Amino acid sequence: MKRVYAKEEYCLGCRLCEVYCVVNHSKSQDIIKSHKLEEITPRLVIESKGIISFALQCRHCDDAACTKACITGALQKDSKTGEVTYDQEKCVGCWTCIMACSYGAIRRDESGQKVISKCDLCGEEESEPACVTNCPNGALVFEDREE
Amino acid sequence: MDYVIIGNSAAGIGAVEGIREVDSKGRITLISDEPYHTYSRPLISYYLANKANWETMKFRSNDFYAENNVETKLGMKAVGINEADKSVNLANGEKIEFDKLLVATGGTPFIPPIEGVDKNNIYNFIKLDDAKSIAGDIENLETGKVVILGAGLIGLKAAEALFKQGLEVIVVELADQVLNAILDDEAAKLVQQHLEEKGINFIFEDTVTQFLGEDKVTGVRLESEKELDCDLAIVAAGVKPNIEVVEETDIEVNQGIIVNNKLKTSITNIYAAGDVAESNNLVRDIKEVVPIWPDAYNQGWTAGKNMAGVKEDYLECFSRNSIGFFGLPMITAGIIEPESDDHEVLVTKNEEEKVYKKIILQNDRIIGFIYLNDIDRAGILTGLIKEKQSITEVKDELLADNFGYLSFNKEWRQERLAK
Ligand SMILES: Cc1cc2nc3c(=O)[nH]c(=O)nc-3n(C[C@H](O)[C@H](O)[C@H](O)COP(=O)(O)OP(=O)(O)OC[C@H]3O[C@@H](n4cnc5c(N)ncnc54)[C@H](O)[C@@H]3O)c2cc1C
Ligand code: SF4
Ligand code: SF4
Repeated sequence: MKRVYAKEEYCLGCRLCEVYCVVNHSKSQDIIKSHKLEEITPRLVIESKGIISFALQCRHCDDAACTKACITGALQKDSKTGEVTYDQEKCVGCWTCIMACSYGAIRRDESGQKVISKCDLCGEEESEPACVTNCPNGALVFEDREE
Repeated sequence: MDYVIIGNSAAGIGAVEGIREVDSKGRITLISDEPYHTYSRPLISYYLANKANWETMKFRSNDFYAENNVETKLGMKAVGINEADKSVNLANGEKIEFDKLLVATGGTPFIPPIEGVDKNNIYNFIKLDDAKSIAGDIENLETGKVVILGAGLIGLKAAEALFKQGLEVIVVELADQVLNAILDDEAAKLVQQHLEEKGINFIFEDTVTQFLGEDKVTGVRLESEKELDCDLAIVAAGVKPNIEVVEETDIEVNQGIIVNNKLKTSITNIYAAGDVAESNNLVRDIKEVVPIWPDAYNQGWTAGKNMAGVKEDYLECFSRNSIGFFGLPMITAGIIEPESDDHEVLVTKNEEEKVYKKIILQNDRIIGFIYLNDIDRAGILTGLIKEKQSITEVKDELLADNFGYLSFNKEWRQERLAK
């Protein structure tokens, strides 16, 4: 399947991927409103240390530790698309998946709901996620690296 | 191929999915004495606190059994296994034959032999039916006082749920701290303080010696001679492997049913997984029952694959828990208190913020940790435990706020992130 990969040598740590992740998951779809009026937790994690940085999204693992740990069945591997999906209605915010994901790719929702926040590939199968499209430096790519 | 699974919870469902990953045709029969669609056991406390309902508690969708072509025998108890003619006896007299059998019967509450423990209004807290009975009872309590015996995970989950239902809760615990299986005394103090602030009462280093009352419990007498009034009591003194169904067989049992890394028991074609199984603990390197949901599912999954003919080992068995009480989350794993001279401890804390982080190392490998309140990205540590990864290179950064993949060298990172 296609996944998002970071090229850390091109990443400047400008966090535009995060900005556009928020916009794309907002009701308003507006850059100002989504940040000022809606409380949206980015679906990715940015690591930075000195001059190196990169964005990390859920890897949609083939052998996903999170789906096998989730106590409610909220996290599931879609057998057709390969996407690891989560159901907000079922999630109870127990954070067992945070304990299980060795990438540290799952965040707690920061708007007050007890649910997780993680990359959903922007919802549309095969279409390019917003973080990739909006990275001005070409530091994120969306490609299929499986043989 | 006829697969038979006893148990319809984490391990049983893991096995169905493991089998179906390999074999879409074989017949699967799933037996459980609980009459329900598969549900999330940890959610019974959420159910009791009205934070989950029957629909959201279901662990898999309504069409799960149909989709996976599983024949269910729900509300039926397995009472024996005949190894020679490869069959399982049900309580109703039915006999079910198998080619491969999985025993995934989970745990059963340990009920201490206390005088009066069989009175009305005294419950365990491990099944949906327990939660339903308790929910029914709390409608018409006189005093609204509840005594909970045990400050482990289950006792405290019950305490939180009942408190949220407006009851006055006292927890009685033999040890001198809460959650002594998963927290050290330092972290336990912070958690206890948090629970007390919210309104839960504790009595430590004491235990119930008698339940008082006629038919219904009206109070408890403690070892310290103290007496407490209550009209509801919960016994949460621990869970032991539910080995009843194999007792008459030659299947090798210690505390739980002994299994190898393929989840095979000592008898060919019979497997065991989940809270009933005793398997090799990755961090301790001894056989042990690890009664947690993720392990039950993963063991079931691996058992299922092996039953279906794929040789696969499960090597990731060790205790790890993620829980929270009144909004205070914690993730703990493996060994949490140094046990020998070669165990090294790294600690950081901020008592005001109720943040506490502790990592236990052995030969520069992580063998356990406690993350209290600040739990983000704890899974990176879990991964390092599983991989038995040497952390020499990143030791100074392990407890830093920005510890992550950038703490490691580029090659290590790329190997994990670029594929
Ligand atoms: C209140 C509570 C909260 C918990 N919270 C957490 C948590 O947050 N995180 C975590 O990791 N773990 C948690 N646990 C533990 C977790 O629920 C267990 O580890 C997990 O359910 C084990 O799954 P299992 O499939 O091995 O067995 P079980 O879930 O115990 O299921 C076994 C099933 O087999 C049935 N059965 C037994 N014997 C027979 C028989 N002879 N015939 C037919 N059927 C039989 C039983 O009735 C039961 O339905 C919690 C447990 C409780 C009670
Ligand atoms: S959340 Fe973590 S474990 Fe789950 S699929 Fe994504 S990267 Fe893998
Ligand atoms: S936090 Fe939500 S998604 Fe994660 S394990 Fe718990 S219920 Fe599942």
